[in-house]
Amino acid sequence: MNRRLLFLLPLATLALMAGFFAWSLLAGRDPASIGSVLVGRPAPRLEVKALRDDEPPLTDALLRTGKPTIVNFFASWCTPCLAEHPLFTRLATRDGAVIVGVAWKNKPPEARAWLKRLGDPYKFAGADLDGRTGLDWGLSGVPETYLVDGQGIVRRHFRGPITERDVNETILPFLKGAK
Amino acid sequence: MRTVAVLLATLLLAWPALAVEPSEMLQDPSLESRARDIGRSLRCVVCQNQSIDDSNAEVARDMRRAVRERLTAGDDDQKVFAYMVARYGDYVLLKPPFKAGTWALWLGGPLVLIVAGGLLLMAARRRKPIPPPVPLSDEEQRRLDALLKP
Repeated sequence: MNRRLLFLLPLATLALMAGFFAWSLLAGRDPASIGSVLVGRPAPRLEVKALRDDEPPLTDALLRTGKPTIVNFFASWCTPCLAEHPLFTRLATRDGAVIVGVAWKNKPPEARAWLKRLGDPYKFAGADLDGRTGLDWGLSGVPETYLVDGQGIVRRHFRGPITERDVNETILPFLKGAK
Repeated sequence: MRTVAVLLATLLLAWPALAVEPSEMLQDPSLESRARDIGRSLRCVVCQNQSIDDSNAEVARDMRRAVRERLTAGDDDQKVFAYMVARYGDYVLLKPPFKAGTWALWLGGPLVLIVAGGLLLMAARRRKPIPPPVPLSDEEQRRLDALLKP
């Protein structure tokens, strides 16, 4: 073996590492992402009390209406939820999206007051006070958002607040395509 | 001296604090100890490298409660792990399973050891033995004797 080639080894190692770092930065790799096992599977059980007074509890039937549905877990104590809230308002009013909101570990009066103050984009709203439903949905915190198609299959799971870009690139095409 | 001993004893007595609260624990000590074993192997989903027993996160508390509920319902340990994996994926397992996506993780370390060990062994075999020292010439011996003379 040519000994001189051996001197290229550190350089090759450096190039390999630089390539990996460049790919990590540019391809949007997120090592903190924990992924979701729900995508492509039927939505977990949805069985929560209604958040608003005098409304029937939420059931699985809401997710199998033949129309795509957005399920959003939120809480009034959660700041990122505040940040994404206007996007849901617009999705509901301008785009006619059916949005199911679930207040996670949030006292119903506080969640109701929050929605009263900011506007209520949820066609159906439930309260998951003890986080049991959240666990069934593989929730790691709030906010998290699921796109469920008309047959009740989860098509997308956003951990963290949705952004304008998510709306334009994923949510709007989903609402149009799945109809 | 005594102060040092007392401080040392205090240090040794300080167990790592668990996040498990007394109100969460099960009455049955054998079930509770199984819950602890499981809790130590389940990863909190919002804190990267803490087990759910070590984490104070809301979701970790919910997961501890779910583990205890499953155990009380009569599930064996495998079923409890399967319950969590069905919701959070393999990510929740602090010890990842051996499968197509993780073989590099499991075999990488031993592989590096074998390759590096093999290379070292080959290098060691190839090395020429050190030749025995050349005996001193007469001239050198005479100079040495002269130097060593008292």
